[in-house]
Amino acid sequence: MNRLNFHRLILWSMLLLFAAWFLVPLYVMLTTSLKDAEQLRAGNLLSLPTAPTLDAWFKAWGSACTGVQCEGLKPFFWNSMVMVVPAVLLSTLIGSLNGYVLSKWKFRGSETLFAFMLFGVFMPMQVVLLPMSQVLGWLGVASSIWGLMLVHVVAGIPSTTLFFRNYYIGLPDELIKAAQLDGAGFWMIFRRIVLPLSLPILVVTLIWQFTNIWNDFLYGVVFSGADSKPITVGLNNLANTSSAVKEYNVDMAAALIAALPTLFVYVVAGKYFVRGLTAGAVKG
Amino acid sequence: MSASSPQQAAWLPKLVIAPSFVVSLLFIYGLMAWNGYLSMSASRILPNYEFVGLQHYAALMESDRFQVAMTNMAVFGVLFIGGAMALGVLLAILLDQKVRGEGVLRTIYLYPMAISFIVTGTAWKWILNPGLGLEHLMRSWGFTSFSFDWLVQQDMAIYCVVIAGVWQSAGFVMALFLAALRGIDDSIIKAAQVDGASLPTIYWRIILPSLGPVFFSTLLVVSHLAIKSFDLVMALTAGGPGYATDLPATFMYATAFTRGQIGVGAASATVMLATVAAIVVPYLYSELRGKR
Repeated sequence: MNRLNFHRLILWSMLLLFAAWFLVPLYVMLTTSLKDAEQLRAGNLLSLPTAPTLDAWFKAWGSACTGVQCEGLKPFFWNSMVMVVPAVLLSTLIGSLNGYVLSKWKFRGSETLFAFMLFGVFMPMQVVLLPMSQVLGWLGVASSIWGLMLVHVVAGIPSTTLFFRNYYIGLPDELIKAAQLDGAGFWMIFRRIVLPLSLPILVVTLIWQFTNIWNDFLYGVVFSGADSKPITVGLNNLANTSSAVKEYNVDMAAALIAALPTLFVYVVAGKYFVRGLTAGAVKG
Repeated sequence: MSASSPQQAAWLPKLVIAPSFVVSLLFIYGLMAWNGYLSMSASRILPNYEFVGLQHYAALMESDRFQVAMTNMAVFGVLFIGGAMALGVLLAILLDQKVRGEGVLRTIYLYPMAISFIVTGTAWKWILNPGLGLEHLMRSWGFTSFSFDWLVQQDMAIYCVVIAGVWQSAGFVMALFLAALRGIDDSIIKAAQVDGASLPTIYWRIILPSLGPVFFSTLLVVSHLAIKSFDLVMALTAGGPGYATDLPATFMYATAFTRGQIGVGAASATVMLATVAAIVVPYLYSELRGKR
């Protein structure tokens, strides 16, 4: 064996070893969720189900206990859907308008104000939890889906604005100038020139916001009420509800249900997901 | 809207962005100040705006639980950031060797970033469960004396949080570094190879040092993930056993929302804010300075 082949061998064994390490939890979740209580007792972490069954999935979806109520994850899943879709659309729309202004219609002080806004991307949200719950109370949306949606929109604006601003800066100013000479105004340029060129960043932002808001737990656990809890809170309650026998198969099925929407987006549009991650970290 | 006039050009953009600026700045700085005031008020279960000075901060400093949370933050922070960075950089370098099936491997390394920390925590809680998980597996494979019960050990449970955290975030570091490695000119590597440098030397001495900016922005995002990490602890250990795996974020939640000590909770949030600001503000400053 020559030296080059030896190097490739080491390279590939490391690559595959790490791939296994990343995949094992997913494999464990999937196989465990397909076992019944008997197979769970008889097998071990990595054993395949001897008689695969979807019972745990049905239980996790429709009848598992999350604290005192026993309706499975279904209500939580729909709470999340109802909240996430408008929150994502609204924060993305606002972000694109803001980014348009901050890149093509800069005014005195706009950069400074933006810098102050940017701190919102980084600050620990624990700082706003207590006052925000009082504000939501005043607005009459405490412990409701509306309140949660509002918090997600407001908290999302700094990052969506950042995404669009950095993207629009790359659009040539001449394009805007030429349109202005032709008599196009602020809205016309946005609709006819900027928006049609925004597809890539639009997809990136939508995916980024969807993933973040769907996966959020902190706001969900603090600001939601009994009937407006999102899926992450439902899952956490389900997994921490103590029963005589811990049903790990149901826990794993529930975890997969909570993960499916974002995993689906990741598999279908992974390229844009990665771009969002990098856009959030590497500016300009 | 039809043709624009110079006047319109002047006020319309400001009008469009004004609500966002007002709401965001109120949300960020207004609530921050409000939280600061709460931390110096007599609030307990309900907000009470009687001023009591720094007594909650004094209580924090004396609280054993908060000390544990801060110590955990340091331990978790160093290991999580170090682990995720090291593994992420290693994965990026391995993937940079023109391997076939790179796309598939990249997808595998990165998918944990798409799922919630609550899902990760739930899965790892099952894997690390002493009676049924990894320990059971190793014993059924014949290693009868194998023992792994970190999850229920006061002084070891925090390392379980590190393991799950690194598992989730290493792919993110990989993605950032891989993008940066792709930007490096191949001829540099070729030239060094001609000079007889080995590949590890080339990466260690030449390529990694040239990735300074990526290194810093990745470090920033990962450390910011570490300080805010709340979900993972809640799902994996709920701060337990006892309060052995509490982080400032879970301490704040427990104090303010389940133990009815709003004042102390607000004070701990302010401490978190100060920690983050110490890292982020210089970065934001240089970032925006460097731009113009």
